[in-house]
Amino acid sequence: MSSTSDLDVLTSQDYKYGFVTDIEAESAPPGLNEDIIRWISAKKEEPGFLLEWRLKAFRHWMTMVEPTWPNVHYPPIDYQAISYYSAPKSKKDGPKSLDEVDPELLETYEKLGIPLNEREALAGVAVDAVFDSVSVATTFKGRLEEMGVIFCSFSEAVKEHPELVEKYLGTVVPFTDNFFATLNSAVFSDGSFCYVPKGVRCPMELSTYFRINAANTGQFERTLIVADEGSYVSYLEGCTAPMRDENQLHAAVVELVALDNAQIKYSTVQNWYPGDKDGKGGIYNFVTKRGACRGVNSKISWTQVETGSAITWKYPSCILIGDNSIGEFYAVAVPNNRQQADTGTKMIHLGKNTKSTIISKGVSAGRSSNTYRGLVKIQKGAQGARNFSQCDSMLMGDKCGAHTFPYLEARNPTAQVEHEATTSKIGEDQIFYCNQRGIPTEDAMSMIVNGFCKEVFRELPMEFAVEAQKLLGVSLEGSVG
Amino acid sequence: MTMLEIKNLQVSVEDKQILKGINLSVSSGEVHAVMGPNGSGKSTLAQVIAGRDTFEVTAGSVTYFGKDLLELAPEERACEGIFLAFQYPVEIPGVSNLYFLRAAVNAARKHRGEDELDAIDFMEIAKKKMASLGMDNQMVSRAVNVGFSGGEKKRNEIFQMALLEPKLAILDETDSGLDIDALKTVADGVNALRGPERAIVVVTHYQRLLNYIVPDFVHVLADGKVVRSGDKSLALELEDKGYGWLGNGARPELAVRA
Repeated sequence: MSSTSDLDVLTSQDYKYGFVTDIEAESAPPGLNEDIIRWISAKKEEPGFLLEWRLKAFRHWMTMVEPTWPNVHYPPIDYQAISYYSAPKSKKDGPKSLDEVDPELLETYEKLGIPLNEREALAGVAVDAVFDSVSVATTFKGRLEEMGVIFCSFSEAVKEHPELVEKYLGTVVPFTDNFFATLNSAVFSDGSFCYVPKGVRCPMELSTYFRINAANTGQFERTLIVADEGSYVSYLEGCTAPMRDENQLHAAVVELVALDNAQIKYSTVQNWYPGDKDGKGGIYNFVTKRGACRGVNSKISWTQVETGSAITWKYPSCILIGDNSIGEFYAVAVPNNRQQADTGTKMIHLGKNTKSTIISKGVSAGRSSNTYRGLVKIQKGAQGARNFSQCDSMLMGDKCGAHTFPYLEARNPTAQVEHEATTSKIGEDQIFYCNQRGIPTEDAMSMIVNGFCKEVFRELPMEFAVEAQKLLGVSLEGSVG
Repeated sequence: MTMLEIKNLQVSVEDKQILKGINLSVSSGEVHAVMGPNGSGKSTLAQVIAGRDTFEVTAGSVTYFGKDLLELAPEERACEGIFLAFQYPVEIPGVSNLYFLRAAVNAARKHRGEDELDAIDFMEIAKKKMASLGMDNQMVSRAVNVGFSGGEKKRNEIFQMALLEPKLAILDETDSGLDIDALKTVADGVNALRGPERAIVVVTHYQRLLNYIVPDFVHVLADGKVVRSGDKSLALELEDKGYGWLGNGARPELAVRA
């Protein structure tokens, strides 16, 4: 039941979503220079301000060095070998309905179990599907438009709402922010844009499914969500990717802006191809996600379940500017085999009586490494700021690792900062106890891990919570400790 | 009929022999008490029957309704009706007792080819059992054994046993650390389960529990062997004279099959 060889056999399960869609891509040649950036911008018919912004980012990026501080290891990336743009060709300039969408593309979504037709209305989910670098279909637009909610691809937002894009783009994650965010600013291809007007409660969960396809194509998503005064929006992001031998770079940027009394809930289920059991292939997931609680009483919650990617490097953060604003981070990271994860959050308290909560659950299996890295910073003016952090790690087997690096900086004497951390090993005693009650080992593992992660799962929207629990079961199949 | 037949069972852990040839036969309708000093192998015997794989069976056989029990995985044994009330019930944070128990009951139902119970049907059954055991309703909504007192954990084991309605229930030192009220609850739970179709094996260090669960047979283990078997009077005699009375367990000729 618990011997090392059994563990090795059982954890060697193949990735279930490994297939490649054969679609003719219209790609940029590999390499990165100002001409390529101009080409991308022209291809997307962007206004001048955006091209200028991209070029500024690129020039800045040229002066930057790739960071080495994360607790992850990978061979050097050749940024000149990457193609920075790839769009699936469609029959016309842009599909206006599902009938116009490439049937093979639809089939891909079918395989992934993403429903893209009107039946989704029942599920209450609007999908802005990103395939490679271009959005191909957006549903439920009509209903959202009635309420004044703008939910579209980033490219479309650039064309239809350039003033909003110009006003908010780069205001949370500036183009100088970090190596990968700066690269993204220079070459970002597409992504999602959402604007919820004053006082509107978005009537459905907004959702984007990401998928990386064409070989050697880094994907550089850019997401911008703005919740105007007194509004509310819940956004879901989920993804799987086809099997590939080459490592694939993914450097996305997500910016959230919450104005007075606004609330944004951002949930992620991330299941990109993690590489095979020896660590070959798999996605490099270097993501910058940040939210700014600009208004008073505003609130931003990040909830994420990370089971995929060869390497995950991401720290969804909140900048709590408005008085009484709230930042939350709930995360489950489940690396297996040779996956590496260095994740966490930053909570920057600027406003008075700002509050933040961090609940991080790491489950490590196989030979994986899992690092939690978190910063809680209370600035001078943040009178009465409060933080609570809890980081729990669970180990399966004896070849994986878990590390916790909490950084706390309190510059205001009235601040209250609490940090709790635990590490536990999934016990043979627990498994045997379940077995003795008739519950098979695999079910027992899944039950124990789901119990461990419960505090995070209950923050997920209902349909996502179910998906996340299934995903966890699949990811850990056979990881008997 | 004979339910459990143990013949010359020898068990080691990390090359250290713990059971040195146990013979024991348990039939439907019977209650057996297994007594003995610390380290005599009582708990090992209980765990080997339940299928704990940290122990290596080096010789002998165990049959259950004529089938080779040692061939079955622990969950199969459970589904076939073997229940072990743990000496140290295990905590499972974040998993509600109710969810855990429903998974257990449904695993057995699935094994028997019956329909699984949904949450509502199961809740009704659980409520009835709780009432009959005088248990607090909120105990089922708490995480499995997390934050339970010693007495609550043992009651929870008995509650699980009552729900799973095993054919063979083994209680491993269920009485240890219990006050008299909890002891009575445990005994009531066990006595309610007594019936012609079931057998119960009570592993205990003290005679006290046997005042409430009156055994048909008493076996005394010492140094990995059954050194005495008899009826309930043997337990009283032990209480009176102590385990020292048996010598160093060096009287195997007195071991009688019940």
